[in-house]
Amino acid sequence: MSTETMGVSDEVKIELKDVNKWYGEFHVLKDINLTVKKGERIVICGPSGSGKSTMIRCLNRLEEHQAGQILVSNTELTNDLKNIETIRREVGMVFQHFNLFPHLTVLENCCLAPIWVRKTPRKEAEATAMKYLERVKIPDQAFKYPGQLSGGQQQRVAIARSLCMNPEVMLFDEPTSALDPEMIKEVLDVMIELAQEGMTMLCVTHEMGFAKTVANRVIFMDGGQIIEENDPHEFFDNPQSERTKLFLSQILAH
Amino acid sequence: MIINDDKLPDLPPPPSTVGVIGWLRTNLFSSWLNSLLTVIVGYLLVINLVPLIDWAFLTSDWIGETREDCTSGGACWVFISVRLDQFIYGFYPEELYWRINTMYVIGVILITALIIESTPKKPLIAAFTLIIFPIIAFYLLYGGAFGLEVVETHKWGGLTLTLVLACVGIVASLPFGVLLALGRRSEMPIVRSLCTAFIEVWRGVPLISVLFMASVMLPLFVSGETHMDKLVRALIGITMFQSAYMAEVIRGGLQAIPKGQYEAAMALGLNYWKSMGLIILPQALKLMIPGIVNTFIALFKDTSLVLIIGLFDLLAIVQAALSDPKWLGYSVEGYVFVAFVFWVFCFGMSRYSQGLEKKLHTGHGAR
Repeated sequence: MSTETMGVSDEVKIELKDVNKWYGEFHVLKDINLTVKKGERIVICGPSGSGKSTMIRCLNRLEEHQAGQILVSNTELTNDLKNIETIRREVGMVFQHFNLFPHLTVLENCCLAPIWVRKTPRKEAEATAMKYLERVKIPDQAFKYPGQLSGGQQQRVAIARSLCMNPEVMLFDEPTSALDPEMIKEVLDVMIELAQEGMTMLCVTHEMGFAKTVANRVIFMDGGQIIEENDPHEFFDNPQSERTKLFLSQILAH
Repeated sequence: MIINDDKLPDLPPPPSTVGVIGWLRTNLFSSWLNSLLTVIVGYLLVINLVPLIDWAFLTSDWIGETREDCTSGGACWVFISVRLDQFIYGFYPEELYWRINTMYVIGVILITALIIESTPKKPLIAAFTLIIFPIIAFYLLYGGAFGLEVVETHKWGGLTLTLVLACVGIVASLPFGVLLALGRRSEMPIVRSLCTAFIEVWRGVPLISVLFMASVMLPLFVSGETHMDKLVRALIGITMFQSAYMAEVIRGGLQAIPKGQYEAAMALGLNYWKSMGLIILPQALKLMIPGIVNTFIALFKDTSLVLIIGLFDLLAIVQAALSDPKWLGYSVEGYVFVAFVFWVFCFGMSRYSQGLEKKLHTGHGAR
């Protein structure tokens, strides 16, 4: 079994049909169509302002789309708050700037949503949180505050915090862009491990090594459109569109 | 190329930069201009403070019954000590002072327990202080139940009345302020415009006119049957007025919380009230402690304005005592006493807020 098909089932997790979005007059997403199956790992790249972050932020309704359909686990995202809350419980998100809660300890950060959203008993939530903190290799920091950790550690806590909700899908919005170079690897290692365990992942990143190692598909976006969608080897070795070639030459040049 | 493998020893700093001399140098005599200012300020302090201390302590009289006991020419604190009961209890019947005293004792015990760090079960005590204690305090002060005789509010006065006004105002204006601030930032247009209008109206009116309206105009609009106590009307006026101020302070705190915090809370599936209550407000309120306490202190001092609608708070009752022919001419002592009492309470609040800020500081930037 090749890397591309490893652990991928036929069950559709996310479906975008002709999704369009505007910021005022600015047409930021244009006719986006995308299907993600359970266990698939998708890397989204593209120049800044291409709409890639906006697209994955639409998947848990941090941004609202104005036309088209988005289905997550067969639930359509509409203005219905119940649907939105159901989907947010199933979809974990990791941000560029970590967004940990600074007034809570690492452990409290991880337990908060399980306790208040899933109504897990505190003891059980703490046990689960410790399990995930061990997985991201920082159980010894559980009682510190986020401000006392390095960027890489904070981002790993953020990943653990999302995993504590036991999500079906994980969204990563440029998880390594705000990190110092020596900390990128520790975060990517955690993400690779997660991918190998079969988590469905959508990841906006420019870490091309990561894309080659774990992605089933790479999506290139520019000007609010999906320009090219291909398996990673084809994408890097044999890009089809001119814009992809230009982009790749720019980011691989240095 | 420089290679230096020898570790240099740590030397003590030069003596002129540390210790008393170092402190004097950096803080008082760092340049000729600063030295000049130090000398001038020192001179002014000496010529003003020495007579003040002399008046207030050295040549003052503390013990006695009448003004004839004030013989040493300094401050006549006898005036205060003779009238102290009235300044504290107002016109409350003397045989019922124990009720006010009981309330004070319970209140002091609760607040001390809340301030001391190692108290167990703090949330429980806090809930008791905020919910049960006001009920106990009401029945102790007003009576009308458990066989306690009713004492009408027009007999309340002095420090007790000041504290009742301030505590009710503080405890009620904070939650109202939070709700108004959230409402003003709401995405629902009706809620937002109502809250904005409320805040702007109350904030744009002087407290004196609010109190006048509460005491004079409100009864004209309300039918004669429904009688509302004057103190209650003043309390409502003060609470509304201060919650408008509070709302704006808290809104400032809400705006300082980065958008990422809202997004992270939403992405975890927390609904609006949970993300506000668990994530946003704890951070915003902590950030706004100086502003909130500033408003509390202003409120505490503003309570003395109730004297214009005929309520005898501490200031008003001291002023009334000053017009007593037996004690004419001791207004300085009276006003110094009032100022000192107000200062003690306000300074206490200020110190507590600083302690709270230190305690809640978790060593992070807001992200």
